[in-house]
Amino acid sequence: MAKTLEEINQKIKSGKVVVVTAEEMVDIVAEKGAKRAAREIDVVTTGTFGAMCSSGLMMNLGHSRPRIKLGGGQVRLNRVPAYAGLAAADIYLGATALPDEDPRNALFPGEFSYGGGHVIQDLVSGKRVLLEASAYGTNCYPRQDLSTWITLKEINEAYLFNPRNGYQNYNVAVNRSPSTLYTYMGTLQPKIGCANYSSAGQLSPLLNDPHYRTIGIGTRVFLGGGIGYVVWQGTQHSPAAKRSKHGVPLFGAGTLAVIGDLKQMFPKWLRGASFRGYGTTLMLGFGIPIPMLNEDIAATTGLSDKDLKAPVVDYSEAYPQRRPDFIRHVTYAQLKSGHITVEGKKVPTTPLSSYSLAREVAETLKQWIKKKKFQLTSPTAPIPGADSGMAMGPMPYHPPVEKRRARRKPRKTARKRS
Amino acid sequence: MKVAHKVVLHFPPAVVEQPVIYILSRDYNLAFNILKATISQQEEGIIVLELSGEDKDFKRASKYLKKQGIRLQPLLQDIRKNEDKCVHCGLCIAVCPTDALLAERPSMKVNFNADHCVVCGECVPTCPVRAMELHF
Repeated sequence: MAKTLEEINQKIKSGKVVVVTAEEMVDIVAEKGAKRAAREIDVVTTGTFGAMCSSGLMMNLGHSRPRIKLGGGQVRLNRVPAYAGLAAADIYLGATALPDEDPRNALFPGEFSYGGGHVIQDLVSGKRVLLEASAYGTNCYPRQDLSTWITLKEINEAYLFNPRNGYQNYNVAVNRSPSTLYTYMGTLQPKIGCANYSSAGQLSPLLNDPHYRTIGIGTRVFLGGGIGYVVWQGTQHSPAAKRSKHGVPLFGAGTLAVIGDLKQMFPKWLRGASFRGYGTTLMLGFGIPIPMLNEDIAATTGLSDKDLKAPVVDYSEAYPQRRPDFIRHVTYAQLKSGHITVEGKKVPTTPLSSYSLAREVAETLKQWIKKKKFQLTSPTAPIPGADSGMAMGPMPYHPPVEKRRARRKPRKTARKRS
Repeated sequence: MKVAHKVVLHFPPAVVEQPVIYILSRDYNLAFNILKATISQQEEGIIVLELSGEDKDFKRASKYLKKQGIRLQPLLQDIRKNEDKCVHCGLCIAVCPTDALLAERPSMKVNFNADHCVVCGECVPTCPVRAMELHF
């Protein structure tokens, strides 16, 4: 018999709720079957902890005396530039932003020791951060320069607004070339010397609800150790990606845009990160509870690493040249065993998201629900599903007319010669 | 008593051109296995090596090295994993040439086995949260 979300929330209130993690659910479904599991289990918690570059912090800093119009001016936090194209005191700091002084990849591979993700970590750790701003000055906002220390506690608002988190499945990166590559998938050893993967597999939020039946706009989530919400599908949301017989995407597919108040988050779950030769980012703990409304939902949360597959992609050619080809599919069980076989070669695998912290996210969420600290929500609107046909497209390429003409010229000369 | 020690030798510029390792082998009967050797722009030399032989010979050799102005450090002090910073992602595993960094299963926590470390230093800039620290 199907359950309603209200019934599950009632069980949470009365302390009778049965919650398990997605990892524990694998054995339960295998042993009891999806039908019985759906009856006995009320909530399955998921979790992931990894680098999520499309993350950032929206802030309102309050108004200085005399007032300064940060909007249209320039703002730096610990030398890292923040976006100031908003109202006078609102700024947005992205995880990948870098100080102008950072040498980047001038001496390759660059270190990228400090960027936006690190500023977010410093703020959530309670550290003071140096705000430097310059503006053009107006009648109502006369001040043109500002330099002051700020802390998370003192500023009006600070909430994470992450346009893309929790990728539903992701590539396994290998490097066919003869030289080492430094990528957002980590350092890739030459001649397919390693295979780096990033999804938490059976614990990953969207792999447990592949058809977005329970996750949608308004879903309450674990974000950075606090409570957050899904606010939209994430950027590059591609639910129409090819799916397995279980209905689970075989490539990167769904994504989520999420929001959450930084003031109630913890530094353990938000880490500024430096990817050698690539840049800075934010490593983030993120998890979603899934209500066991029916047998179908229980069945997908019961899928194990053996049922979930990821594509192996060459990051020396196919990825940078945006070619769609991939080498093969491997299961997350194979990836987590420590070795996979690629083109006849036994290759060591490296995770780049933390499975042990993903497990801790799911466990924390489980405890919150058990202790009546967390109620589940029903989406106010769904996010586009597989039948929407929505898929990520390439960048439109329409170079300006002058450039097109310039490119044609040599061709004409070549024709004359022949 | 036979001993085997992994050590780091720091050579001041004046000593860089002397055949110190050869002397350790000839006069102190120590077997050596060089794991890493570099000379910095300031011409200070650093050699990471394993020395094995009789304990009394090793102690005599230590005195000889000190006399030459060569600083000797046990290797264990050189690369450390800061457990407060480590998030157990595993990025370091891909660059570790000697399997000193491995994911334990089923916990999937990254374990650093200093005995296998040759102080190549690759893990230091690779770790995204800078949990691998080089101490000289």
